[in-house]
Amino acid sequence: MPSFSATTADADSVATPDRSVGPVLPQTAHFNAPLPLACGRALPQYDLAYETYGTLDASRSNAVLICHALNASHHVAGFYADDPDNVGWWDNMVGPGKPLDTERFFVVGVNNLGSCFGSTGPVSTNPGTGQPWGSDFPLLTVEDWVDAQAQLADRLGIGQWAAVMGGSLGGMQALDWAIRYPARIRNALVIAAAPNLSAENIAFNEIARQAIMTDPEFHDGNFHAYDVKPRRGLRVARMIGHITYLSDEQMEAKFGRQLREGLKFSFAPEFQIESYLRYQGEKFAEYYDANAYLRVTKALDYFDPATRTGGDLARALASATCRFLVVSFTTDWRFPASRSREIVKALVRERRDVSYAEIAAPHGHDAFLLDNPQYHAVVRTWFERMATEIGVGGVIADGIA
Amino acid sequence: MIRAVATAITPPTPISVSGPRVARADYATIGSWVADSAHVLDLGCGDGALLDYLAAQRRASGYGIEIDDAGVLASVRNGINVIQSDLERGLAGFDDAAFDVVILSQTLQAMRRVEAIVAEMLRVGREAIVTFPNFGHWSHRLQILRGRMPVSTSLPYQWYDTPNIHLCTVKDFDAFLGARGYRILDRVILAKGRPARFAPNLTGELAIYRFRKK
Repeated sequence: MPSFSATTADADSVATPDRSVGPVLPQTAHFNAPLPLACGRALPQYDLAYETYGTLDASRSNAVLICHALNASHHVAGFYADDPDNVGWWDNMVGPGKPLDTERFFVVGVNNLGSCFGSTGPVSTNPGTGQPWGSDFPLLTVEDWVDAQAQLADRLGIGQWAAVMGGSLGGMQALDWAIRYPARIRNALVIAAAPNLSAENIAFNEIARQAIMTDPEFHDGNFHAYDVKPRRGLRVARMIGHITYLSDEQMEAKFGRQLREGLKFSFAPEFQIESYLRYQGEKFAEYYDANAYLRVTKALDYFDPATRTGGDLARALASATCRFLVVSFTTDWRFPASRSREIVKALVRERRDVSYAEIAAPHGHDAFLLDNPQYHAVVRTWFERMATEIGVGGVIADGIA
Repeated sequence: MIRAVATAITPPTPISVSGPRVARADYATIGSWVADSAHVLDLGCGDGALLDYLAAQRRASGYGIEIDDAGVLASVRNGINVIQSDLERGLAGFDDAAFDVVILSQTLQAMRRVEAIVAEMLRVGREAIVTFPNFGHWSHRLQILRGRMPVSTSLPYQWYDTPNIHLCTVKDFDAFLGARGYRILDRVILAKGRPARFAPNLTGELAIYRFRKK
């Protein structure tokens, strides 16, 4: 059995920013047993990259799983000693004294299968061929990811999560945990998510996929063999995605009609928004894998737990027994508040314990990653109550109460 | 002197419930009308104190609706199931007859669409409980006779900053329910925290109604 004390590396060796978990070390868990997949195939063996922060308590009751969205990873909090600028994607949420307090909770971040940050995916070597999986890597679903996460929980000796938490696509994983592993989760924090994708959501994903697949350097997904990457496709995919993460309001405030250097009557980027999107696209095309992106957008499209209950979301959620915190943001048009309210309505119909916060925020879908006092206060309060119940840290464990 | 009249009404005696939180005068009456293990929806639940009270006294389950960020946060802190929503948008998030009782405690008078919310309450609940400050109280009448808008313990606002836009008297509310064919199951008008013994529309400060569709 591995050690469960935090993967936090020698905290004193590197200057630690305020309230950061400090330098962290990613770990890899290897699984030899095949993972059956929704598509009918199975992954013969696989790796899951993960990080942990905080300490698992003796009763193993304070573990929290963080599920990531589209292109994030297991690097949720802290930074790498050799790359201090590489700060975890939810570092404002997770850390000592932060809303999810790593002095009370043992937090696990995991990279999903099919991604390209260390867990088995299209860039990994197919043991059957000795070559990268590439286009032959199976299409995965949210359920497949969650099944793999359950294997990791077993490996870490966590029978039941105190909470599973995620934003956007991560929230869908939390929802799936609640539905299919009800005995293994006490709280689900479903943030800026939706019970399934709308036609418009799928349409945006399809544009992104078309951008990638029609790039001449895509080579039907076997671009590795040609030593190229469909960068142009990835750039456009990221640009279109990025627009859906922002709000019109925020884009107007941030960029408006600002020009870089006046009108040039050319197709070079003239407006600041053009320049910004190109920059985001370039960055993404360098670090993300095209086959992984195609697959993760498909996992989003496929997610719809209500298909198993004839389209009835309430019945799909009937198996859930955990408490739910559902959070949405007023200017999110990718997964608008109305989609979160569908989840809440279904849970209320089943008389499940659910609270719902609709956060007034100007930042669109991205708001779930940003600082917002009310949002962070609600999440903090939720975890404080949990900590009190399980007696980790805080007033009760300190014997003050 | 208006202030003198206002302070003549002593606030209702607080009832201590589950620790430091203090129940309002209407809680005991509401609690006596809610059946054991009832499924309750509390509209405008604030910090969730009423639901907390009903859970403790009646083992009631259910949800609170609250629009205000601070109220939502306080409810989460108190372990109440709270749903952030604007009551003026109705109760579209809830099915017909989903609740045994729907409560609107001292909020009706601040709502824009009174008829709509009462109809919604009786759609999603079998019964409704509504409480409101009685505008017919003698001190209010006296202040109007003296030519000023009333300010009192139950209506502690000035005319220019009050959130209360639909004030009514006990007689008004009787007529309102009667005209819509709703049946009053219980009615208590509190004066100084106790049921008013005589002329409730004159002496009562807080009206508490339980009603349903006929």
